[in-house]
Amino acid sequence: MVTDLGPVIRTRPTLAVWKFASCDGCQLTLLDCEDELLGLTERVRIDHFVEMTPAEGADRERARPAGRGPYDLSLVEGSITTAEDAVRIQHVRRISRYLVTIGACATAGGIQALRNFADVDDFLAAVYAQPQYIATLETSTPISAHVPVDFELRGCPIDRRQLLEVINAYLAGRKPQISNHSVCFECKRRGTTCITVAHGTPCLGPVTHAGCGAICPAYGRGCYGCFGPSSKPNLRSMIAQLRHDGMSERDIQRVFRTFNAASPEYAPVPDLAAEEQQSPPA
Amino acid sequence: MNDRGTRVLRLDALARVEGEAALHLRVKGDTVAETRLRIYEPPRFFEAFLTGRGHTEPPDITARICGICPVAYQMSACRAIENACGVTVDGPLAELRRLLYCGEWIESHTLHIYLLHAPDFLGRADVVELARDQRAAVERGLRLKQAGNAIVEQLGGRPVHPVNVRVGGFYRTPGREELRPLAERLRQAREDALESVRWAAAFDFPDAVCDHDLLALRDPGRYAIDSGTPAVMAAQGQDPALREFPLADFEQHVQEGQVPHSTARTAALDGRRYLTGPLARYAINGRWLHPVAAEAARDAGLGDPLTGAVCDNPFRSIVVRAVEVVQAIEEALRIIGGYERPPRPAVEVPPRQASGTGATEAPRGLLYHRYALTEDGTITEARIVPPTAQNQTAIEEDVRKAVQARLETAGPAADDEELTHLCERAIRNHDPCISCAAHFLDVTVEHT
Repeated sequence: MVTDLGPVIRTRPTLAVWKFASCDGCQLTLLDCEDELLGLTERVRIDHFVEMTPAEGADRERARPAGRGPYDLSLVEGSITTAEDAVRIQHVRRISRYLVTIGACATAGGIQALRNFADVDDFLAAVYAQPQYIATLETSTPISAHVPVDFELRGCPIDRRQLLEVINAYLAGRKPQISNHSVCFECKRRGTTCITVAHGTPCLGPVTHAGCGAICPAYGRGCYGCFGPSSKPNLRSMIAQLRHDGMSERDIQRVFRTFNAASPEYAPVPDLAAEEQQSPPA
Repeated sequence: MNDRGTRVLRLDALARVEGEAALHLRVKGDTVAETRLRIYEPPRFFEAFLTGRGHTEPPDITARICGICPVAYQMSACRAIENACGVTVDGPLAELRRLLYCGEWIESHTLHIYLLHAPDFLGRADVVELARDQRAAVERGLRLKQAGNAIVEQLGGRPVHPVNVRVGGFYRTPGREELRPLAERLRQAREDALESVRWAAAFDFPDAVCDHDLLALRDPGRYAIDSGTPAVMAAQGQDPALREFPLADFEQHVQEGQVPHSTARTAALDGRRYLTGPLARYAINGRWLHPVAAEAARDAGLGDPLTGAVCDNPFRSIVVRAVEVVQAIEEALRIIGGYERPPRPAVEVPPRQASGTGATEAPRGLLYHRYALTEDGTITEARIVPPTAQNQTAIEEDVRKAVQARLETAGPAADDEELTHLCERAIRNHDPCISCAAHFLDVTVEHT
């Protein structure tokens, strides 16, 4: 699928890609736009993307590459888990005209936000023989907890087409057209038979943010929520339905405690999952 | 630092590697006194939060350690859990897994060859600069990478963090006819892959010899990807015999330690420095390359892998990776050609109280997982040893040797800029994946 990136602009806008605590999968998604990558580099100047290009203006006084900026568009991957990164994100915000977070780590804290529900010292002791060498914060927090964010792109990982839409939108000076509805809408659009209705497969589709293209149900798997909550998810009904489809309380707790575990929308889940069995929705 | 004649080189941000790392190099006169690869990727504590999870969860959770090689994590995790539960996945399901893995090898290696590594040999800052005068080559690389992604997307649903893998097999298996377009595409990709080998073979390679023990899985009769027994080839000039050990004994042979400058749980194999990855795989499995891949290797000046030729120049690893891409394409075509849809997409993996180990060959080398389960499948302990963590000591030694050699030929005339660039190249030779390493590495608190 080739995306029209519009006319070549005489002074190319500048793009920066930043990494915090993450797996690199979302910035890799940019390199996975094989058909568009070279065209994109003709329309924007990628000034800071350490995975692809040597850092410009690496700050030799600090052990961090600090881009000088300013940048028209900064794409930020990863969550804030160290004191140093909490400082660095402020710098990134200052030198970015638009700041867009990409992926579940940057928008919700990621899988590493599971530390928020535990004692980080226990985590340290479990992983390191000498935890005193490690500097880390007790929580993993999304970028929006630290600086104003212009747009949040969801997903673990993000979807390539949505990433191109966001870049195009900012280059064209418009808001990205990314809808907030649930995965169910995408299943309908894709023509996938509802796996819950047809087979009783537990599926988080009704409460999960669209954007992936409803991949899992097309493969016979229930949605496992990697794009995080849709807007105003009806968790009470969802949990009753999951129970009805055979999920235990423990498994319900677990399925919401993954890549978007720290999403505020999921906060009621433990109480709802522990409630007495409700009759499932008719 | 305060001594006369001592200089310190600091490379604050390694570019064109996956993840974030820095290098400190201390040179005293014409001797390299110290090389320290410092990883400042924040820790994410995977092994800690896997505790208390269910036995079906590690494939999806550990995939998130690395966006470049998620399939490797999924495959090692599945093997370890299945091993604990006493289940073997074989036949067409195992072949499909191997096919998926071939896709990841193709895309991960091609990303490294074209976008990360080749600019070093061609004197370009990055792939954008490279595309200005070698656009056809860059487009070929992107096409090839896309072919690898197409396999992962077809079998897994998407190229990063595929959704279709589960303990016991898959959620859905493709029909024979669904794989036909993939085969068509791979036949075209084969030409691009062979051209990649020729392209890379013509680069100018600095002289270098790596003298590390080599560790790779060995899977007699075929080039190890998704299964095998750990095998060790002693460093150059040592006893060339291979020795194997059971995977269950992995942690007795590979001892991890911690050092303050990087808190890498750096690894030693029976007390010795070692390397895992393409050079090790090629040395240990080369005789089982497909004829087309073996011929490409011979034509590229790598000697004859079928008679045991090894490649010991880390700078030439780019050629070995290119040969492995050819191998992965040949293997993928073989699997598609003989594929029959299995009767069921997965076998049952009922939990039991046990421990299990699993290892596969990720693009960057041997990736080991171990899980301990309770009767109901709750994980009580998780252990993950990724390739880049195992390679850290070898990478530091390669950097030291490269800089030392340069100092001996150029003396103090070798300027910092040049040495820094040499360091970066010596590191990039090994395609380090720092997100992987950093599930237990981090910012060090230095007391200086």
